[in-house]
Amino acid sequence: MTENGSRAVIARLFYFCRMSLCAVRLLFYINNSGKANNNSGISFRQVIPIYKKDYKKYAEKTAQKSNVLVCCIKAFLVGGAICTFAQWLYNMFITRLGEENTRLLVPVVLIFLTALTTGLGWFDKLAKHAGGGTLVPITGFANAISSAAIDSKNEGWVLGLGSKIFTIAGPVILYGTLASVIYGVVLYLLKLAGAGGA
Amino acid sequence: MSKNDMIFKFENKPAIYSVGTVAGKKEWEGALPGIYDCHCDDDTFGMPTWEQSESEMQRLALNHALAKLAWDDGKLGLLFAGDLINQCTSSGYGLLDFDVPFLGLFGACSTLAEGLIMTAFTVNAGYVNAAAAVTSSHNCSAERQFRFPVEYGGQRTPTSQWTVTGAGAFIVGRRSLLDIEEKLIEAKNASQSQPSPLFTHVRIAEAMPGRSIECGMNDANNMGAAMAPAAGDTLLRYFTVSGTKPSDYDLIITGDLGYEGHRLTGELLAQKGIHLGNNFADCGLLIYDRERQDMHAGGSGCACSALVMGAYILPKIERGELRNVLFIGTGALMSQMSVQQGLPIPAIAHLVRLIYE
Amino acid sequence: MDYLWAFIVGGLICVVAELLLCYTKLTAARILTIYVVAGVFLTAIGLYKPLVDFAGCGATTPLTGFGYALAEGVKKAVDERGIFGALTGGLTATSGGIAAALTFAFLAALAFKGKPK
Repeated sequence: MTENGSRAVIARLFYFCRMSLCAVRLLFYINNSGKANNNSGISFRQVIPIYKKDYKKYAEKTAQKSNVLVCCIKAFLVGGAICTFAQWLYNMFITRLGEENTRLLVPVVLIFLTALTTGLGWFDKLAKHAGGGTLVPITGFANAISSAAIDSKNEGWVLGLGSKIFTIAGPVILYGTLASVIYGVVLYLLKLAGAGGA
Repeated sequence: MSKNDMIFKFENKPAIYSVGTVAGKKEWEGALPGIYDCHCDDDTFGMPTWEQSESEMQRLALNHALAKLAWDDGKLGLLFAGDLINQCTSSGYGLLDFDVPFLGLFGACSTLAEGLIMTAFTVNAGYVNAAAAVTSSHNCSAERQFRFPVEYGGQRTPTSQWTVTGAGAFIVGRRSLLDIEEKLIEAKNASQSQPSPLFTHVRIAEAMPGRSIECGMNDANNMGAAMAPAAGDTLLRYFTVSGTKPSDYDLIITGDLGYEGHRLTGELLAQKGIHLGNNFADCGLLIYDRERQDMHAGGSGCACSALVMGAYILPKIERGELRNVLFIGTGALMSQMSVQQGLPIPAIAHLVRLIYE
Repeated sequence: MDYLWAFIVGGLICVVAELLLCYTKLTAARILTIYVVAGVFLTAIGLYKPLVDFAGCGATTPLTGFGYALAEGVKKAVDERGIFGALTGGLTATSGGIAAALTFAFLAALAFKGKPK
C-alpha cells in the first residue's frame, strides 16, 4: 500500500472511531433523557437535539388551524365577484372600444381601483377575509405594488420607493418573463424543427 | 451542577419606583383599557414615520416615569433600552433627549426582562443609585421590517401574533434612596389626596438570565412555538436550582408566548414533571380581547410585557394582591434575513422574580 | 350566462390558492409566482385558451391570465420576429398592465399616507 493509501485508511479508522463514540454518547443521552436528574437538572438543552424534529412536528400538528371551509367560501365569493365585475367591464367596453383596447383597459380599471382602495386603507380589510379571493386576481399584484410604494416613500422617492416598489411583486415579473422567454425559445426551436422536417 | 445554572440573588432588593406606559389605539381599547399613562388614536404620536413614532413613545414613557418621581434625568445613573427595529434605532433616537449614559440592549420581545436584570445588577451592586429600563414596539414599524408593507392585504394565520404598539419605562433604584424620596412625594400627594402613582413595595429579588434555545421551528408566523422551549428551559432550570415548585408563587407570567406558546410550555414542562396551574399566565393573552379584536394567538413585541407588567401586574404587587411573582420575558432572536435564508428561530427567556416588601 | 361562468371559474381558481395558503407553508408571493408560471405553461400546452374562451374574464383576471397574456404575446412575437420575439413578446403584451400598476401605485404614494391596520 502506498503512503497516501495507508494515511487514508488511518484517517478513515479515526473517523469511524469518532462516529462510534458519538453514537454511544447519543444512546447514553436517549437512555437518560426520560429520567429526572436531581443533581444537574437536565435542561432542555441536553435533550433538545434529539427531540428537535419531534417537537417541530408536534407543535405544527397541534397548532390552531383556520377553518378551511369558511376561508374557501369567502375566497370563492370574493374572487368570483371580482372576475364577474371584470366581465361586466369587458362587456361594456367591447362594443365601444374594440377587442385590443378592451383587453388592456379591463385590468387597468381593476388596478386603478386596487391602488385607490389600498391607499384609503380599505383593501387590506377586505383581503384579511378574502385571502385567495383578492390575492389571485390582478388585484393582488396591484396591491403588492401599491402598498410597497405607499409604505416606502418615507425612505425617499429614488432609493426608497424606487427600489422597494417591487419587493413583493418583483418575483412575479421576473419569473413570468423568464417563463415566457423559455417558451419563446422552445416555440422557435419547434418551428425550426418543423420547417426543417417539412 | 452545571455552573451555568445559577440564580442571581439581589440582597439589596432593588426597588421599581415608577413606570411610564404609553399605548397605541388597539391597546387602549383592549382587554386592559385605559390603564396606561397616555395613548394616541392614530398611533403616529405626531410623527411623520412609524419609526419616529416609536421613538416618540419611548421619550414619552421615560418622561412619564420621571415625572411621577418629580425627578430630572440627572438622577439616573444608567439607561438600558432596546427595541425590535434594526440597530435599535427607536431607542437610540427616542432617548437622545436624556443626558444619561446609554447602554443599548437586544433581546427582541424579552428586552424588558433583560433591562430589569441589568438595572437590578447595577443598582444592587451599588454602582448607581437609580437606573432605567426602557423598551418599545410599534405594530407598523415591526410589520414593515419583518413582514409586509403596512397597507399590504394578506391573511394572517391563526398562530400569528399581533405586535403591540406601546412603550414602557421602568425606573429601578436603591431602597434607601426610595425612603427619602417617598417621604417627599407622600407629603406632596397627601395635599392632593390622590393614590400615589409610585410603587413603594415592588422589589426585584432574583433573576435567572436565559440561554439561547433553538428547536427547529422556522415558521415566523408561529413564534410562540419557537419560544416555548426557551421558556420551558428557564423555568425548569429555575425550579430545579431553587427547589421550589410552581404553586409556591402567586403568579408565573410570561412575556408574549401567546396562545400556542403558552399551551406548549405547559405541555413541555409537564413532560418533565412540573405542572403549571392556574397561576400561569401570559402578557400576550392578557393585553387584548382576542375575539373582539381578532388578535389570533395574542399580542407580542417588547411593549407587550412592558405595558402589562407596568400598568397591570406591578400595581397588583403594590397593593399586595400578588406577593411573589415570576416574570419570564420571552424573545425570538430572528431577523428578516435569517427567516428568508430558512434558518430556524432561536429563542430566549429571562426570568425575574418580583416580590412585595 | 357568461357572468355565471366568469364567477364560478374565477372563484375556483381563487379557492385553489386559498387551499395552498391554508395547507402549505407557501407564502403569498410564492403562490403568485406559481400562478404566473402555471399560466404560461398551461397556455403553452394549449389547455388555457379553451378556458379563456369558455369563462372569459373568469380566466383572464386571475394571475394565470397574466401568464396567458405573456405566453400569447411571445407566440405572436416569435411568429413575427423569430428568435428575438422570445425576448420582446412577453413584456410587450403585458406592458400595459405593468405600466398601469406602477403609475397608479406611484400616484397612490403621492396622494396617501400609510395608516395603521
